[in-house]
Amino acid sequence: MADLRTSIGKLELANPVMTASGTFGYGTEFADFVDLDRLGGVIVKGTTLHHREGNPYPRMAETPSGMLNAVGLQNKGVEYFCEQIYPTIKDYKTNMIVNVSGSAIEDYVATAERINALEAIPAIELNISCPNVKQGGMAFGVTAKGAAEVVSAVRKVYDKTLIVKLSPNVTDITEIARAAESAGADSVSLINTLLGMAIDAERRCPILSTVTGGMSGPAVKPIALRMVWQVAKAVQIPVVGLGGITNATDAIEFLLAGASAIEVGTANFMDPAVTGKIVDGINDYLDRHGFASVRDIIGALEI
Amino acid sequence: MKKYILDLTIRQTVAIGKQCVLLRLTADEQLPEMFPGQFVEVRVDHTPSVMLRRPISIHYYNKETNELGLLVQLVGDGTRWMATLKEGDMLNLVLPLGNGFTLPEDPSVRPLLIGGGVGVAPLLYLGMKLKEMGITPTFLLGSRTENELMQVQEFEKVGPVYITTENGAVGEQGYVTQHSVLTREQFSQVYTCGPKPMMVAVARWAKAADVPCEVSLENKMACGVGACLCCVEDTKEGNVCVCKEGPVFSIEKLSWQI
Ligand SMILES: Cc1cc2nc3c(=O)[nH]c(=O)nc-3n(C[C@H](O)[C@H](O)[C@H](O)COP(=O)(O)OP(=O)(O)OC[C@H]3O[C@@H](n4cnc5c(N)ncnc54)[C@H](O)[C@@H]3O)c2cc1C
Ligand SMILES: Cc1cc2nc3c(=O)[nH]c(=O)nc-3n(C[C@H](O)[C@H](O)[C@H](O)COP(=O)(O)O)c2cc1C
Ligand code: FES
Repeated sequence: MADLRTSIGKLELANPVMTASGTFGYGTEFADFVDLDRLGGVIVKGTTLHHREGNPYPRMAETPSGMLNAVGLQNKGVEYFCEQIYPTIKDYKTNMIVNVSGSAIEDYVATAERINALEAIPAIELNISCPNVKQGGMAFGVTAKGAAEVVSAVRKVYDKTLIVKLSPNVTDITEIARAAESAGADSVSLINTLLGMAIDAERRCPILSTVTGGMSGPAVKPIALRMVWQVAKAVQIPVVGLGGITNATDAIEFLLAGASAIEVGTANFMDPAVTGKIVDGINDYLDRHGFASVRDIIGALEI
Repeated sequence: MKKYILDLTIRQTVAIGKQCVLLRLTADEQLPEMFPGQFVEVRVDHTPSVMLRRPISIHYYNKETNELGLLVQLVGDGTRWMATLKEGDMLNLVLPLGNGFTLPEDPSVRPLLIGGGVGVAPLLYLGMKLKEMGITPTFLLGSRTENELMQVQEFEKVGPVYITTENGAVGEQGYVTQHSVLTREQFSQVYTCGPKPMMVAVARWAKAADVPCEVSLENKMACGVGACLCCVEDTKEGNVCVCKEGPVFSIEKLSWQI
């Protein structure tokens, strides 16, 4: 049995396997399939300051080895999370991490501040890929300036582990990663979904109500892996890798590319028990290759 | 209800007409309790075009023979693959999912079960459960032509069956909502599953006739367990997950224009 412990800054994880926001609910939806306490962390649904209804149905389109979603951050708002959800998840031993979203800096700040007060939430993942209403719909995460602004504003009110989730829909993701690092992020996670589109040729109309949506699943893995490798070289802070991970080998590839931990998203839909299997598979790999600790393979890519 | 991921064995794959198959599944262990209107998520593992599981209703579950039946209409790669399964093949399922139909508390209730196309699937199990409870279900099955009618003999074992076909080849000609049984007899509960336009028409009729009505929706799903929010239906309480809060809804809850 290898030592699977890893860390994201001061946040200690029992192993590198976490779940990706928006794909695992609040964790409890999967409790019949995986022992949540065996996971390094559970990143819960995107939470915003106010209640959001999300986008109209249809919100999902399947694509070869992938899917597009346009859920649009449906959630009941941070107050509801604190009052109704938090009591049901706070006693899990795993790291329960909240994914924080917003469309204005003030909203991100207010949401992060509210969650800072929750004892059993040791970290937030700041999703800077949603459109910034004030800047005319452009995401904070697509410019270094926007990213730096929102991260430094949140950093002022949030004193636990701050992970910043990066959008892949940019020219140079390392530039955004460095901006987040300079603004005080403890870690960056990547990638969020890639902007895509699906058309129903028979009906000559888009499949998603929003026309475009975010792509995820095995098809995006090579892109995610490349970006994680680039960012891991560009920043000093730990990197969390995700995008298309469906098994332990995929997870190990991200660790080798420089990720200190990984997240599993869309794969939970194919096999709701996959996260537990990935934990076991990483352990088997380490034993098989004679590594005492998972830390030995983080960034160990030989070029 | 606890959910399971199980590998089931195919006992038999039976062709039903040209477009459907009945998968008869079993397992070494006793299968968990399942209720009418609940569904399973089928893993289809052979082609990149099908990554997500496919939701399929529970057509019947027989505790004594430990057999689960799925009635599958072949519409795309996933369902066509299911039809190629042979005796002894394994199928990976997540089950049981969703809420299921509300079973009546009053034994004197007169339920009408209206199905269209492959939407008849969950109504067989519902009818069987009602019969077990001492309630006789009446079935009203609709299809375009005689070729799409499915499992009529199975339904006849459970209760009286009325049929409409659009071409008039079997039963009365027209849509289910035009069948004379609706005016001849009094029903106190309606359950329906089928194409959306049919369910909307049934809901409209039930509302006008002041009969409580439950519909089973077939929104596209990704996770099937209420985690991803892809399958939502617009209701009077906002967007709710069909896979978890449904697939069965009282028409009172939906924001359909009826
Ligand atoms: C709760 C629930 C219960 C269901 N029960 C049954 C059942 O008992 N028997 C059965 O045969 N089918 C049932 N369905 C529908 C079934 O899930 C789809 O037909 C199936 O997923 C299609 O997969 P495919 O890969 O063969 O086709 P795809 O390639 O995915 O699709 C082929 C065509 O079918 C359409 N389609 C796909 N999914 C749906 C859907 N959910 N509703 C309407 N059209 C769709 C697509 O738009 C496309 O035009 C149910 C769906 C739900 C949500
Ligand atoms: C249905 C769905 C909902 C998502 N919701 C969120 C969200 O609320 N916040 C967020 O940061 N990312 C969200 N994501 C993105 C995932 O967390 C992840 O970054 C992406 O899916 C890539 O990983 P994967 O290929 O393993 O799924 C969502 C993805 C999916 C498929
Ligand atoms: S399919 Fe994921 S919430 Fe219903």
